[in-house]
Amino acid sequence: MRRLVVYMLLVLFALLCLVPIAWLVASAFKANADFHVYPVVPPVDRLTLANFTSLFTQMPFLRFMMNSFFVAGATVILQLFFSSLGGFALAKYDFAGKKAVMGVMLATMMIPGPVLLAPMYELIYHMGLIDSHLGLIVPGMVNVFGMFLFRQSMLSVPDEMLQAARIDGCNEFQIFWHVVMPVSRPIVGAFCLIAFMGTWNSFLWPQIILQSSDRFTLPIGLNQMIGVYEADYGAMMAGTLLAVLPVVVLFFLLQKEFIAGLTKGAVKG
Amino acid sequence: MAEIAFRNVNKIYPNGFQAVHRLDLSIADGEFLVMVGPSGCGKSTTLRMLAGLETISSGDLLIAGHRVNDLHPRARNIAMVFQSYALYPHKTVQGNIEFPLRMARLPAAEVKTRALEVARMLELEPLLQRKPGLLSGGQRQRVAMARALVRDPVAFLMDEPLSNLDAKLRVQMRAEIAALQRRTGTTTVYVTHDQVEAMTMGDRVAVFKDGLLQQVDTPQQLFERPVNTFVAGFIGSPSMNLITARREPAGGGPVLVVAGERISLGKGMETRFNLTDADAERVVCLGLRPEDVVDPQLVGEDRRLHGRVALTELLGREQMVYLDLRDGTRLVARLHADRRLKAGEEIAVGIDPARLYLFQADGRALPYRQG
Repeated sequence: MRRLVVYMLLVLFALLCLVPIAWLVASAFKANADFHVYPVVPPVDRLTLANFTSLFTQMPFLRFMMNSFFVAGATVILQLFFSSLGGFALAKYDFAGKKAVMGVMLATMMIPGPVLLAPMYELIYHMGLIDSHLGLIVPGMVNVFGMFLFRQSMLSVPDEMLQAARIDGCNEFQIFWHVVMPVSRPIVGAFCLIAFMGTWNSFLWPQIILQSSDRFTLPIGLNQMIGVYEADYGAMMAGTLLAVLPVVVLFFLLQKEFIAGLTKGAVKG
Repeated sequence: MAEIAFRNVNKIYPNGFQAVHRLDLSIADGEFLVMVGPSGCGKSTTLRMLAGLETISSGDLLIAGHRVNDLHPRARNIAMVFQSYALYPHKTVQGNIEFPLRMARLPAAEVKTRALEVARMLELEPLLQRKPGLLSGGQRQRVAMARALVRDPVAFLMDEPLSNLDAKLRVQMRAEIAALQRRTGTTTVYVTHDQVEAMTMGDRVAVFKDGLLQQVDTPQQLFERPVNTFVAGFIGSPSMNLITARREPAGGGPVLVVAGERISLGKGMETRFNLTDADAERVVCLGLRPEDVVDPQLVGEDRRLHGRVALTELLGREQMVYLDLRDGTRLVARLHADRRLKAGEEIAVGIDPARLYLFQADGRALPYRQG
């Protein structure tokens, strides 16, 4: 009986969580004229694909998508490389000032992002990267959270394995590349997902840096549809639906490693 | 030629702890040297310095005549087997064995041939495509050996490679490793805390204590001529009895007073020592291996100790008898199981002077007779 109540509550919450998604899906197939007429699902004969066609005909949606893929892909690869390398150093090497460095890194995580917008903009401006994809990629190359995530995971790689690799002829980078990274696969999967979502959905910084519409990423492009005098909600919903898909696909591809990665270290063994 | 030599080597950790003191030790080409001692004695640190995994605080480490103190491990061409085996869990057995060769950038065909050759030698062929996680302890150990063997290194280093195996497998692998070493003829340095391993495997055994090399010699010499009470007590199982003794002047050769009883040593020629009167004067401790306790009927009245049986342990054909001597000193004797003994029973045991060990106040053994 108690179990039944618990399950019913869980189902209820699950449904609640699904409401916005269901609404998004329904809205993507609603004509603009029906948008406010049928608050939830319109009759089947009123469903339309017009929103999707207008996405690809009225605006460079494909271009936005490619831009997003490029920026997110490049950022994830660079972040993965530098964060794991940094995490490896913090986990497996002793060097002067290591504690201080880690303290400073942690402190930077406590600074709210918006505070850094102005100085970052200044920096990127002087680097000549305004209105370029590099202006999005370069500031995102290193991720303190990622470094700590990798450090935590790599602490559990036995030192003897590293020493064995050293004796087997690896230099320090080869140890990282051939031994530590493959062993850290679950955390790599988890980190890729987190980093990809962060970059893919990033709005504020691209909004500030990007000016030419042919360089817009998806969130900026979609936001463009809400004008002062008119708003194409249908197309926006269709675009949002398409924009969510890559994240969903990636999640299902990586979900096993993602869960394993996040719970790693929770239980010994 | 791959002779290894430690020349006055010291290891001091940043916290001031000195793990190794003034180590002088030469290991001949092709030799199987076992380093043995209780935990914390510096044997593993010494091995790790040799591997290049620990820095050397002072002194010189020479391999084939070249000073290698500052060489990265990979430049020393040394192979090591770790206690935990340290296999790469993401690679198959074959991947593990091939790894050192790949790192050395050998041609792919040669990598494959050599890996297969070693796998065949260690009977790993059926397991080549498995990951280490699916192997038993003994199989993992073999893979670790294969990974070391495949490289044709100047020396093998082994850090307690058998301590994670069950007793039966350990005995089997012990013989296999020794045989393998003889077959390949590669200089091998083997660390263990198990004196049985040390005695059965090594050409020579180096005994360490508190960072100091106590004695390095063949197993037989270590057993028969330990330089001090530590080596005497450490080598041999069960341990040697070390009992306080005092020399008493008497006619007809030196006499020792042991646990309140007089033991005649005879005219000197019977013991393994050059027992001059001056030497005998310095004796404070007598060593007697449990298996060297003899039947009292075989010796004279003046060579017997009396005690009360505290405990007996039957080992099959023999029994371990724990005796409390007259002054309360505990003596362990290994006697034939035929002799039925009850706890509390008063018995006599015989002492054969030829099998005694004699030590001085500083723990050093008296000078042994030459030859």
